[in-house]
Amino acid sequence: MSPRNLIALAGNPNTGKSTLFNKLTGLKQHTGNWPGKTVLLARGSYTYRGQTYDITDLPGTYSLLASSPEEEVARDFICSGQPQVTVVVVDATALERNLNLVLQITQLTEDVIVCLNLMDEAERQNITLDLNRLQAELGVPVVPTTATTGAGLTTLKETIARMIKRELRPQPKSLELDPKHPAASLYSHAEKITQQVIKSSRPGPDRTERLDKLVTSPHWGVPLMLNLLALILWLTIVGANHPSELLAQIFSWLEDVLTLLFLRLGSPAWLHGALILGMYRGLAWVVAVMLPPMAIFFPLFTLLEDFGYLPRLAFNLDGLFHRAGAHGKQSLTMAMGLGCNAAGVTAARIIDSPRERLVAILTNNLVPCNGRFPMLIVMGTIMAASVANIQGDGFLATLVVLIALIISVLVTLAVSKLLTSTILRGESSFFILELPPYRRPQIGTVLIRSFLDRTLAVLWRALIVAAPCGLLIWILANTTLADSTLLVHLAKWLQPLGRAMGLDGMILLAFLLGLPANEIVIPIIFMGYLSEGALMEVQGLATIEHILVANGWTWLTALNFLIFTLFHWPCATTLLTIRKETGSLRWTLLSAFLPTALGTCLCLIVTAMASLI
Amino acid sequence: MVLADLKPGESGIIQSIKAEDLLLRRLLDLGFVPGTLIQVCFSSRRGDPIAYRVRGTVLALRRSTADKIIIRYLGGSALCPHET
Repeated sequence: MSPRNLIALAGNPNTGKSTLFNKLTGLKQHTGNWPGKTVLLARGSYTYRGQTYDITDLPGTYSLLASSPEEEVARDFICSGQPQVTVVVVDATALERNLNLVLQITQLTEDVIVCLNLMDEAERQNITLDLNRLQAELGVPVVPTTATTGAGLTTLKETIARMIKRELRPQPKSLELDPKHPAASLYSHAEKITQQVIKSSRPGPDRTERLDKLVTSPHWGVPLMLNLLALILWLTIVGANHPSELLAQIFSWLEDVLTLLFLRLGSPAWLHGALILGMYRGLAWVVAVMLPPMAIFFPLFTLLEDFGYLPRLAFNLDGLFHRAGAHGKQSLTMAMGLGCNAAGVTAARIIDSPRERLVAILTNNLVPCNGRFPMLIVMGTIMAASVANIQGDGFLATLVVLIALIISVLVTLAVSKLLTSTILRGESSFFILELPPYRRPQIGTVLIRSFLDRTLAVLWRALIVAAPCGLLIWILANTTLADSTLLVHLAKWLQPLGRAMGLDGMILLAFLLGLPANEIVIPIIFMGYLSEGALMEVQGLATIEHILVANGWTWLTALNFLIFTLFHWPCATTLLTIRKETGSLRWTLLSAFLPTALGTCLCLIVTAMASLI
Repeated sequence: MVLADLKPGESGIIQSIKAEDLLLRRLLDLGFVPGTLIQVCFSSRRGDPIAYRVRGTVLALRRSTADKIIIRYLGGSALCPHET
């Protein structure tokens, strides 16, 4: 076996570094929960001319001088001597700022390749660069690329291969830096090089500026945001129905086949019950009901992220977070939380101040994650149906879910304010946010990639969480103690609290059993309602509303369920992540207590008020 | 005069930064070094935060940070055309 070749990928944020990494490694990489963003070190590999190359994607940083954890990780890795080549990805449209990092890295190591990315964008902006001059000034190879189309990647791979084989020996110029003002002298070098390299730059009418006039407008910014969110929700709600029904039909057909098989093999009834009516149905429920909305919402949201919308969101909302004593980037962690709260908690690392970071971590769960979205949608559909007596109206359901989201944002702000004026008091830290140019999203890649990611994630969770849970429910529902089953005993025990909250014992039990993953709460409720006899066969999203109504659900039940879905303890994965990120059991417990207390109180109040009417 | 005093479309040259530690390092890393041309691009609702154009990139700062950046006033120019 030949020794592995190790490459480090460094660069500023928003240079298309992750796109380049994805293009180079294809599917041979470890991805996080939220695709496209580097929070931890991502590793991948590719093969070129029979050789395997391992790439480590370093966190995007503007510099290696300041002491943020990301910058330390990047600097230590480059200095460790492990990578044989460090590729610095540079935004060709913002050469000066990017050269600052390049010059820092060439002072640390000789084996550097500058990957001049976003060349298509530079061309669109009429920026022409003298690449030979740049190469001469830096003393390291410069490879122009457009990662989105793959242009220049072969040259990049070839240059990497030649440098590892020592056919190319870069000799970066050593710089004289003023020890008192290293940053200023780095920039003056970067400025000088940039002036020599840019041959022509006639900024035409700038797309980004025109769009920002609308997107960040004091009047239109927030309405536009709400409309975008509504559009995505509507597409999710309307789009999820048919795939959901179809999946339910397929699962039900497969169940018949499996049942026949069990009968033919003469298996005992309890085995068929445990495996098919328990495990299989648990899995089928989660996939049929939860997968379609998640597989639609997630890719759409990733598109917005890819386009460059999220920094504008943080810009528009910073004023609100500022007044809540929180950090403007908390809105970014909340946006991540819409995908997955565990990812949102991890994303809080982008906030430097420990105090504001803790606020973001403790409140992240107040934003409903993708796993809770289908629950909101079902409740929206029930409320739309019972209040306006309209069946299957996507608009009303969208409105309900949108209002739920707005409430969760307002509650997040209120809880943040509460935290920052009590146990997490302190000076607000600084807020610096780059607003990078809008980029045409990689529609095909993003849709397919995040769709696959989401689908695989749901299937995986269904397998490891929903199937065992289905088995557990089946056992609880089929073990009789005294006069009724364990499941009924437990639900009865929770019934008084459940009733007072406008729910019932079975719903509370479902939330408790759903601790490993919110995705299984609704399936458990269904299994629970039918625990006396046979479990229920899988149904699609649009149909399950009727079943709930048949089991005594009213608009009040749906409303309380909606509230409790928004505000209850985080799922097990998120709790573990909070424990890891805060390193404290106390904060972890508080992060569970806060939303639970809030949700319980709100449900009690709503129910008490409804009984007065 | 400080950066926070500039209105959209106006520009100045950074003279010095009255900040310490991490904030100072961050600003320097992002190109807020003395001698740099800086221009106000647009402001958010209530005028805080404000987006500035520095060295070909757009960066948003809160007023409290912009108060710490001392500048020499240059007047209005056309780097961010739509605001002039």
